[in-house]
Amino acid sequence: MRPAVSALLAVCCGVCVIAAPPGARDAAAPEPLAPYTDTLPDTKITFDMVPIPAGTFRMGSPPGEPGRDEDEGPQHEVTLPAFYMGRLEVTWDEYDQFAQRLDIRRLRRLGREVPRAGATAVSRPTPPYADESWGWGKEKQPVVGITHHAATKYCEWLSAATGKRYRLPTEAEWEYAARAGSTTAYGFGDDPAQLPEFAWYRANAGEQPHPGGQKKPNAWGLHDMHGNVAEWTADLYRPDAYAGRSSPMTAPFVDPDGERYPHVVRGGSWDDDPAELRSAARRASSEAWSRQDPQNPKSPWWHTDATFVGFRVVREVR
Amino acid sequence: MSSESNPSIGSSRRDFIRTSTAAVVGGTLASTIGVPGAWAAGSDEIRVGVIGCGGRGTGAIDNVLDAAEGVRIVAVGDLFPDRIASCLERVQRHGERAAVPPDRQFSGWNAYEQVIATDANYIILASPPGFRPAHLKAAVAAGKHIFTEKPVAVDAAGYRVVIEAYEASLQKGLAIAAGTQRRHHAAYLEAMRRVKDGAIGEIVAARAYWNQGGLWVKPRQPEWTDMEYQLRNWLYYTWLSGDHIVEQHVHNLDVVNWAMGAIPVRVVGVGGRQARTEPEYGHIYDHFGLDYEFSNGVHMMSMCRQQAGTPGQVAEALVGTQGSLYTQDGRMYEITGPHAWRWDGEYTSPYVQEHINLIASIRAGRPINELKQVADSTFTAIAGRHAAYTGKVIGFDELMTSDESLVPAQLTFGPMPTPAVPVPGLEDVTSM
Repeated sequence: MRPAVSALLAVCCGVCVIAAPPGARDAAAPEPLAPYTDTLPDTKITFDMVPIPAGTFRMGSPPGEPGRDEDEGPQHEVTLPAFYMGRLEVTWDEYDQFAQRLDIRRLRRLGREVPRAGATAVSRPTPPYADESWGWGKEKQPVVGITHHAATKYCEWLSAATGKRYRLPTEAEWEYAARAGSTTAYGFGDDPAQLPEFAWYRANAGEQPHPGGQKKPNAWGLHDMHGNVAEWTADLYRPDAYAGRSSPMTAPFVDPDGERYPHVVRGGSWDDDPAELRSAARRASSEAWSRQDPQNPKSPWWHTDATFVGFRVVREVR
Repeated sequence: MSSESNPSIGSSRRDFIRTSTAAVVGGTLASTIGVPGAWAAGSDEIRVGVIGCGGRGTGAIDNVLDAAEGVRIVAVGDLFPDRIASCLERVQRHGERAAVPPDRQFSGWNAYEQVIATDANYIILASPPGFRPAHLKAAVAAGKHIFTEKPVAVDAAGYRVVIEAYEASLQKGLAIAAGTQRRHHAAYLEAMRRVKDGAIGEIVAARAYWNQGGLWVKPRQPEWTDMEYQLRNWLYYTWLSGDHIVEQHVHNLDVVNWAMGAIPVRVVGVGGRQARTEPEYGHIYDHFGLDYEFSNGVHMMSMCRQQAGTPGQVAEALVGTQGSLYTQDGRMYEITGPHAWRWDGEYTSPYVQEHINLIASIRAGRPINELKQVADSTFTAIAGRHAAYTGKVIGFDELMTSDESLVPAQLTFGPMPTPAVPVPGLEDVTSM
């Protein structure tokens, strides 16, 4: 009884329970890489992973691309190994498993076995003093309003739960996957008039995100890279991140090293205009995304004002 | 759908960063945001005393210091010294403006009196709501301006104390703002202005929701008495929080009362404790569903729940003869019908804005006073709780004379049994 109780208490007060090293042991990835569907343990909830081939691409946008910001240059060559990326953005169904599978009270009510602390446990989100789904519902809707920390912890939990090494994409991986071999402003070309076929954005989203996969995918089979919800990447945002990079450069990554802000968000959202949806467009997270959190300390898990940010996962291939 | 845009607002919603702004109440009060510390202490100096140093009280320190120049924190009080320490540590970024010397840090049951007795002229009340009537009474008696968190009472007796304090505060010309921050939110203000101007015609029905998942609980420590456990988990005890309908749903009820310009006259409804049943959650309910009726026959459907794993909804709606208003805090403010409108603008944090407005009103010599409206909305929620707890139709006039008083007369650390979970038809809550 005693260990279970202390685990319960640790979880409910939101203190980190701990810690197996995140995603420490990955099951061998199948070769050659092929799409696969993963299932969250003990659930019927699945998510699809798409192989992204190794390759080299030109990161950033050329001067003169309409809507371009200075922080998108200079363009440089980036080489990446193969990896897998989520076909869709992470849904509430998936994300809630993170909270609920670590909710020992819930497990008890369901008559399920309570895992021993330390085995797969990472800290879980403490509930917000609000409706985290903004009235849009959950289930297949993409998760929104979660912090970079929360998205990172989800990946750690998912890795521990599945035995595969899942994490946020780096900024370079994200842009490489969004381009899917293209060199144009969008994965499908340069003409924003085509956006409605590929993206939920300000002009067509009806002021809200939508369940993923309803729009056309890009050349590598990824949906909603443009629009719907903007997506967290692992990198710290620096406006001059590309300056001084060698070219080609292998797998660049600006390590946040514990900094809470700003991180890079990519792809634009339902709340954005076409320029923000471009493959090279970069956005920086900000404390203002928790502006309406009335508490001090502000929640490390929830952004009260970021109804437009979500994420998708990648899996490393060793 | 055709819609009018807000002419004063730019189109970009990117990041919504605004560090300075004009106050929105009345449209006349100027912002006083500026360089911290640049204000020479003088007659306009706002000297803040904080009562209640939890997450909200600490957040309120940030808000008031972000609201204006010439503001500093001069005293803090909390029942528990550890809360004071963690609070002051978290506000260190404000430097001298939040540097409270040890002899102005007060703990224990009388901490609020000690804070009020200092030279503070602006008191922030952020303790659990059960204490609010006593704190309001004392702060008004001492002639202090007040920012009070919501709700302002947990029972009818407390409500009457607050109304007496309100009347005294009017006599004294005190300024009082309340933590029903939607009243300071630019989008809500614009929506309500349009409703009052007839954008949806006559209101014929209303809805108010606060449905969400669960909230925090603090694990019991071996050295804690029952009283300390309840205080540190005050959400889950009616004498401290009023139950979640009072503590949280008061926000949405307040929006409808605001639109109606009145409070309801009676309420009937249901509620219960269905999903959150473990003893650490005290004895409050986890859901309420209520039918409120106003004197003009308009009904408000009210629903609130705190059940983990369920979809949420925090919103209000007004149905009018010519259109409807839909408000969802933080993301949607929309009128349908011939006078369709949709908020597409930016706004400051309403939690900062309420201090901007309060301070500006003090300095302009035109004190705002929101105590009555927040008390009435608090009472609206209390009446809803009674309806669900008892199963009866609760008349507002009758309840206002109830002698129910939930807060113990003697407050001491020691044994304190958890009250029974109210069961409609079985238990008279006035005997609890």
